[in-house]
Amino acid sequence: MPTTYLEAIREGLWEEMERDPSVFLIGEDIGVYGGAFKVTAGFLEKFGEKRVVDTPISESAIVGASIGAALMGLRAVAEMQFSDFISCGFDQIVNFAAKCRYRWSAPVPIVIRAPSGGGIHGGPFHSQNPEMWFVHTPGLKVVAPASAYDAKGLIKSAVRSNDPVLFFEHKGLYRRIREELPSCEYTVPLGKAKIARVGRDLSIITYGAMVWTALEAAETLAREGIEVEVLDLRTLAPLDRDAVCETARKTSKVLLLHEDTQTGGLAGELAATLTERAWDYLDGPIVRVTAPDTPVPFSPPLEEAFLPNAQKVIEKARWLYRY
Amino acid sequence: MSAAELTTPRAAALEVDTPFSQQALLAQRAWHFMALMREVEDRIERKLYRQGKIVGGVYVGRGQEAIPVGTALHATPEDVLFPSHRDMAVFLIRGVPAARIFAQYMGRTGGLTRGRDGNMHMGDLKLNIVSIISAMAASVPVAAGAALALRYQQKNGIVFCYFGDGATSRGDWHEGLNFAAVQKLPVVFVCNNNQYAYSTPLSKQMAVPNVADRGAAYGIPAEIVDGNDVLAVYQAAARATAYARSGCGPFLLECKTFRMTGHSAHDAADYVPKHLWEEWAKLDPIKRLEERMLDEGWTTQRDLDSLNSRIRDEVDEAVAWAENSPYPDPETLLEGVYE
Repeated sequence: MPTTYLEAIREGLWEEMERDPSVFLIGEDIGVYGGAFKVTAGFLEKFGEKRVVDTPISESAIVGASIGAALMGLRAVAEMQFSDFISCGFDQIVNFAAKCRYRWSAPVPIVIRAPSGGGIHGGPFHSQNPEMWFVHTPGLKVVAPASAYDAKGLIKSAVRSNDPVLFFEHKGLYRRIREELPSCEYTVPLGKAKIARVGRDLSIITYGAMVWTALEAAETLAREGIEVEVLDLRTLAPLDRDAVCETARKTSKVLLLHEDTQTGGLAGELAATLTERAWDYLDGPIVRVTAPDTPVPFSPPLEEAFLPNAQKVIEKARWLYRY
Repeated sequence: MSAAELTTPRAAALEVDTPFSQQALLAQRAWHFMALMREVEDRIERKLYRQGKIVGGVYVGRGQEAIPVGTALHATPEDVLFPSHRDMAVFLIRGVPAARIFAQYMGRTGGLTRGRDGNMHMGDLKLNIVSIISAMAASVPVAAGAALALRYQQKNGIVFCYFGDGATSRGDWHEGLNFAAVQKLPVVFVCNNNQYAYSTPLSKQMAVPNVADRGAAYGIPAEIVDGNDVLAVYQAAARATAYARSGCGPFLLECKTFRMTGHSAHDAADYVPKHLWEEWAKLDPIKRLEERMLDEGWTTQRDLDSLNSRIRDEVDEAVAWAENSPYPDPETLLEGVYE
């Protein structure tokens, strides 16, 4: 029975809570209701009110309480109902959690789960990709899985991490993708990218839902004789710069893809890294396919125009291949 | 608010008496920590800062010493403390040597943050003291989370969370109090209401007369106490801590006081009317305790002089130790961002 991305996250959390009594969940509507997306459905019945804490609508208190509990030796997994609301807890994340270890050697083992991404007609406040606010903050780890296998393995590693982890779950993947998962226990290490498709002509470096967009584009391009390599970053901070440079050295042409908006997006950092560390291997300009610098629009034709898709990737990839 | 308007304590929620025989000992301990805090902070603000040996921000609790002392003397080792930036006595009562505090202010490796952060931004998990950050009230929801953990782990400790009147204007304060109340968490919220948030007087911070009035909005019992009377603070904190320890939920203790200094060492505080300085100077908590101790026969002037002289000597030694503590090696810049 294949497991969905959503079920994979649930399984990972469930296993970690069974394994370690210091792990608990905290967030809005996660208990009785099972979470807005039902990721935590059944947890209250299994683990009880002590370990599944329903809170007031108070994102700052959710993150702050997670930090306080973590300082006392627990491991908090906090849910932001939508990643868009994470800004309400911003100070606690970037000023409290991120800096404790560096300032006074105090570990803050928390995971902040944040359903993110567009394509569900959620409009400007239920569709954003706010990962870069946190990638830019030293002390935070940022994870964005693309597959069910990685979602499960990475949420387990995130729970075990002794650093604060932002865990961006793409809403569009929750029930859209499924795969057979190993029956035995496994984890996926933080900070390690993965080759999602092997190729020799051109590299697409991406993460999250855009991995599937890249793979879809790669199928079409393969029929044209263009063999695309797809690198799934999986963790955005710390960034696996070695893997980024390795695929660039192999194919010599790089297309950077993300659903997040362009200016200040991860592609800029990746391009700088490639310029510094793989310049001599590049046979063409580094190109970007990203969302434009606008809020996420609501109306379907606008949102479709906003989001990167396989066609936009294919056009850029063809141009780069011929360069 | 003028000193003359200082509200008399409300009817106590729980009565906790300190037997008369113990009052002398209590007064002596309280005096020691208040006098030590005053001496350490005077040295920091009036000497080392002016000499350029301390760079960056300096925030002191001159005139407010009774509040951290009167409350933290109730703390057991299992209790977790969240001192704010005018609560140095919490560190001293917990046993942090003054030398390490001076080193912290001087950016030396001997400081609690080894030069990573300055002034009162320090903590030590082994001592159950959690460091503040600069954003006021950010510690409030974190304190609630620590209390949640204590209950989760079935520990007996409670949490002491300190802040000023200005912090109660921030959303974090309200989110934290509400969450603590909903969860009935064992937290004593201690407000030092010193009537100024930087240059902004209380009247521009809130439209209710007392911070304690805000407790009712969250179902949290509150008490107002004369924050310049350490024995009164101690008594009120006994009631507040007993309430939190009983499992009934959080308690809000408002200690009325006055900031006998600028916001920080660079601030001459010209915006404070002169008569307020004069009135509140008469209510200096150390002077008041000394008068009471002399009246009650709990000490003599000679003893106080000799203890003061000993404190000065200890502080001299602590400063010397801190000045000998090395600056951090720039090679260590990148260490400790992640595990």
